[in-house]
Amino acid sequence: MHRRNVAFRFPRFSLLLVLVVGLALVLGGVAAAKAPVLRMATTTSTDNTGLLDYLAPLFQKATGIELQWVAVGTGKAIEFGKNGDVDILFVHDPESEKAFMDGGFGANRRQVMYNDFIFVGPKEDPAKIQGLSAAETLKAIATKGAVFTSRADKSGTHMKELALWKEAGITVPDKEPWYIQVGQGMIQTINIAAERNGYTLTDRGTFIKYEENHKGNPPLVILSEGDKALRNQYSVIAVNPAKWSDARYDLAVKFIDWIVSPETQKVIAEFKLSGKQLFFPNAGE
Amino acid sequence: MDYIAEGVLQALSLLLAGDEETWDAIFTTMKLSSLSIAVSLALGIPLGFLLGYAEFPGKRICRAVVDTLLALPTVVVGLLVYAFVSRRGPLGELGLLFTLPGVAIGQVILALPVVVAMTATAVESLDRRLSLTLLTLGAGRSQLALASLLESRYGVLLAAASAYGRIISEVGVSMMIGGNIKWHTRTITTAITLETGKGEFAMGVALGLVLLLVAFLVNGSASLLRRRVRT
Repeated sequence: MHRRNVAFRFPRFSLLLVLVVGLALVLGGVAAAKAPVLRMATTTSTDNTGLLDYLAPLFQKATGIELQWVAVGTGKAIEFGKNGDVDILFVHDPESEKAFMDGGFGANRRQVMYNDFIFVGPKEDPAKIQGLSAAETLKAIATKGAVFTSRADKSGTHMKELALWKEAGITVPDKEPWYIQVGQGMIQTINIAAERNGYTLTDRGTFIKYEENHKGNPPLVILSEGDKALRNQYSVIAVNPAKWSDARYDLAVKFIDWIVSPETQKVIAEFKLSGKQLFFPNAGE
Repeated sequence: MDYIAEGVLQALSLLLAGDEETWDAIFTTMKLSSLSIAVSLALGIPLGFLLGYAEFPGKRICRAVVDTLLALPTVVVGLLVYAFVSRRGPLGELGLLFTLPGVAIGQVILALPVVVAMTATAVESLDRRLSLTLLTLGAGRSQLALASLLESRYGVLLAAASAYGRIISEVGVSMMIGGNIKWHTRTITTAITLETGKGEFAMGVALGLVLLLVAFLVNGSASLLRRRVRT
């Protein structure tokens, strides 16, 4: 009796499984059949600051196109573009963008907005970098052997940091004990710098977000800023339809036209965190 | 430290206030994990049973391979699946990248060794006298196999629970293949990664609690099912 009962109930269990799977597939299918979708690979700073959350609904309202994005480092975003996994890139590393264009992977590259990179560090400023230029800042940090955390993840910020070491005439202090290569996102890198009482290079947008998280009393403060070399330029690039025929180039072009339009540029300038403007539109330049 | 207490409060408010993004991540997680566990069990139980029950040459090597696969890092699985489903990969035409079925492929690869290994162990550790008794009672080969499977059902349920745990808690595959796209492939674990990346630690803790709650409900219903099976 015992065993027969068990045998009787087992099929029910599998029936349940079939139902669950069926439901999942149906739900998935329903979700797939909606507005046209533009897929973007972008950098963590546009996502972590909330800029894309702010822009995507406006874009959908204006064009009926749904924007879906994956937020990764600029290096990986460009890799997604090369492999044809996305339709458009929104990134901030002019050097690798140029290489991407030269390789024939991109089409229609337009600059959208900028902000700047800043050096942040402990209030006591042990390496005395306050007010120095970018090159002098790195020299001071290296001479003092002060803790410096690096993204070390081929992100736009990391590429900028490497370029700055080069401009300062210093080989990247790869094996120095004070040079900490974290391989993580911007906020995590700032956090590690704060834990180790060290310095780091960050984009201003992410730092404003960090200040907001600490309710205006962050353990790290801005120490060196304003050098022309610290400019952080964001651009959009459509994935070249000649390379990937199924890339939705028409949608990508619509996005590019939309984001460089005077109206959207104004909307970007109005995007603020803690009352501070994060990005400065410059498509017209 | 404060963000842990803050996280507990936030978890409650997210769930009770019906925060749309959180609920969407919960539904996505449920949808995805149901699909992954169903496929893993459908493939894994027969394979595991075969591995534990049948005698064949190379069985010990098979065992060793399956046991080794238990240690597969999620990010490596993510990379492997990406190589296949990227538009440049052999399955690129199917457009599986940044979709839930794409993520499910990776999660099945993660969970399958768990199901196979634990099912095989459950079948192997059955009392030897069971098959002898059944044989003396005149059971045929298929009856013998069926009875062995039924007798090892608790082990199989444990395998399912462990596999489910691996699926629902992984983030490597979900991030790499799913892409953490809001309203589409954002699961609870990728949302936690995102919130941590934003420095919103309390929100991360809150979502972690939500995940535990979901896992508790699933395991709770599985154990109810088990009680019913036992009667």
